Parts: sequence; C-alpha cells; structure tokens
Amino acid sequence: MLNIANLECVRGDRQLFSGLSFSLEEGSLLHVHGANGSGKTTLLRAIAGLVLPEDGEIEWHGKSTRKLGEDFNRELIYMGHHYGLKFELTGYENLRIFAQLGGFDITERKVEMALKSMGLARCFELPVKVLSQGQKKRVSLARLLLQRSRLWILDEPFVALDVAGVSMLLEMIKEHVADGGMVILTTHQEVDVEVGKLQHLHLGEH
Amino acid sequence: MFASLKCIIGRDLTLAMRHRSDVLTTVFFFVIVVSLFPLGVGPETDLLRSMAAGVVWVSALLASMLSLSRLFADDYNDGTLEQLLLAPQPLALMVFGKVLAHWIISGLPLVLMAPLLGLQFGLSGDGLLMLMVTLLLGTPVLSLVGAIGAALTLGLRGGGVLVSLLVLPLYIPVLIFGAGGVEASISGMGAEGHLSLLGAILILALLLAPLASAAALRISVE
Repeated sequence: MLNIANLECVRGDRQLFSGLSFSLEEGSLLHVHGANGSGKTTLLRAIAGLVLPEDGEIEWHGKSTRKLGEDFNRELIYMGHHYGLKFELTGYENLRIFAQLGGFDITERKVEMALKSMGLARCFELPVKVLSQGQKKRVSLARLLLQRSRLWILDEPFVALDVAGVSMLLEMIKEHVADGGMVILTTHQEVDVEVGKLQHLHLGEH
Repeated sequence: MFASLKCIIGRDLTLAMRHRSDVLTTVFFFVIVVSLFPLGVGPETDLLRSMAAGVVWVSALLASMLSLSRLFADDYNDGTLEQLLLAPQPLALMVFGKVLAHWIISGLPLVLMAPLLGLQFGLSGDGLLMLMVTLLLGTPVLSLVGAIGAALTLGLRGGGVLVSLLVLPLYIPVLIFGAGGVEASISGMGAEGHLSLLGAILILALLLAPLASAAALRISVE
C-alpha cells in the first residue's frame, strides 16, 4: 500500500504540483497523465526516492519511504528515460549485475529464459551497444521478469518498442497487477491497460 | 553485502578492460610528464635526485585528476547511477567499491611504474622503495578524496576543470607527506613519521570519503 499525502515538488523556481494526495493499493495500476513539463517524471522520481520533495509524505505500508531506505528499494523497480544498462556489457552481464545488487542470485538459465521471452534469444552474448533501441529497451524490461518487486514505476515504458513489444509489456503489467503488484506508469501513447483496479491521475490541471 | 561490493568492483574492472584506452591514457600521461622533467632540467644528477620525489608525486596528482571525471560521469549519463542509488545496498559501500576499482585501474599502475621512472632521476634503492611505499599509501587517498569532488561536480558544465580546482587543494597534505617521506629517506633521516601520517590520512579518507561521496551523489542525481 503506497500512500502519498500533500506532495509538493519544485523544479528550479517553478512549482510543478502541490497538495497531491493519492493512495495505491495492491493489485492496482496508476496511470499518470499530463502535458510535457507537468511534472510526471519528477513525481515518479520523487516516489522512487531520487528527488527530494519540497513537502509532503510518501509512505509504504504506513512508514515513510525515506526511513525505510533500502527496505523500500527492495520492493521497487524504477525505469526512467535511460535504459540503465552498461552498453559495453552483454545483456546477460547487465542483468546479472542487477540481480546481485538486488541481493538475489540468479542462474544463467533463468536470465536466458527471461531474455528469450523478451524475444532476445539471439542477443544473449552481444554487448548491448550493438543492439537496436527497441532491443535495448527489451533487455532493460527483462528485469521485470527476474526481480520480484511489488512496485513497478515505469516512465514512458512503451517508447522504442514495436507493436509486439508493447503488447508483451502490457501482458507483463497485467500479470503483475493480477498477482497483487502495483504499477505506476506514464505514457503518451494510446494504450489500453485493462486491469483490475485502474486509477488515473492528471497533473498540471490546477 | 560483500557480494554487492565484489559485484561493483568486478563490473568496473570489466568495463575498464573493454575500454583499455582510458586506462592507458592515464598511465602514459604519468610516464610522459615525469619524463619531461629530466629533458627540460638537464642531466645534473644531484639536481634531479633532489627534485625526483616532488616531480613524481605532482605527476601522480595530475594523472589521478585526469581520470577522476570519468569515475561517475559514465554511470550518470547512461542511467546506471540512478539504478545504483535505488539498489537495496548501502550506497556508501557501492561508492567504496567504485573508488577501489578506480584505484586499481588508475592508481595502482602509477605505483608500479614509479620505480622505473625514479631511475631516470638517479634515485637510490631506498629512495625508489620509499617512493613506491608512499605512493601505495597516498594514491588511494587521491581516489577517495577525488571521488567527493567528482560526485559534487557531476552533471555540471565544465565539471572537469571544476573538479581540479576543488580537489587539488585537498591533495596538498598527501603531496607534502608523500614527497617529504621520500626526501627524508634519501637524506637518511628515516621516513616513519611521514608514513604514519600518510597512513592516518588514508584511514580517515577510507572512513569518511565514501559517506561524503554518497551524500554528494544523491544531491547531484536529483
């Protein structure tokens, strides 16, 4: 259960939003809408703990995420505009680093399966830099299959993906939500995310 | 916890091995700067011997400066740094891992090259040994303190120059005790005092620099 109360974020001298409150329960998805520059990314980064909000509380099961620190990080996968991959390393090496830093061990076989189900079976041994944009995105999305985190924060996850990729990601999101996970996402693309509990948040309209 | 430390060190060393030119530029810079002095000053052995420690040490400072800007910048640009910040591991520990890898890549080669370069200045056996020992104690401090500067200037325009202005003054104590130690040993006074002070600085830097760099990184990424 994620609780946001009276959140205010400021970028430079500009107030992006203030008095923002909502809560997100297990098994639900929050779709954040808003024009360019309305603060979607900042909101997502604030929830992830990368940006310090000017005011307000972000609570995970009743405890401040700042205080939870690493315990909250364990529950969270954040994917921003960057892929978060080392381009000189292979997809396998990148994912293994994520796993080791995430504090769990994965077998080579498991990574292989994840990359295969992302449609990257042939790119197993290639450094990420030789892959196309869409393939890089798929490598970074393979984390969602490996890491058991309850909260996914996805900033424009559909960018660079082809039609098959988009529908695959939608499928993964649906499955995660059905399993009792939580997803917060922003997207400018028209995607129908039909899941159990769908919430919408519109930024920049007050 | 130590698995994550090992993972970070392994990661950065692998990356360095796939970008060998980056590593080699630092080492060659060091070699060339040190070698320029005998050419410029002339072949008077006494003069060279008296300035050897200072020259090697200043060159080591400049060489370690050169590689500092890359310490966090690549990770910052490709978004892996924010993923490190979000990993469920103590950030200071991961920063420590990165600094250690950075030292192995850019500091350790300087320590190993130093005796060869010292020969050009006619340093005696004792002098060469002391040069290596002071560098071995001092170069990790350069990486540790430099990491704070690199973290603070992350993402700023002209960060490379700024980091020099910020960090070089902090290197002064290391320079004084490092070069001083070699000179004391050459003149037969014994360098224990210098070495223990260098060791003390190293311990202090080991304790505080990762924490300070971690805090600076959090601010820079925001």
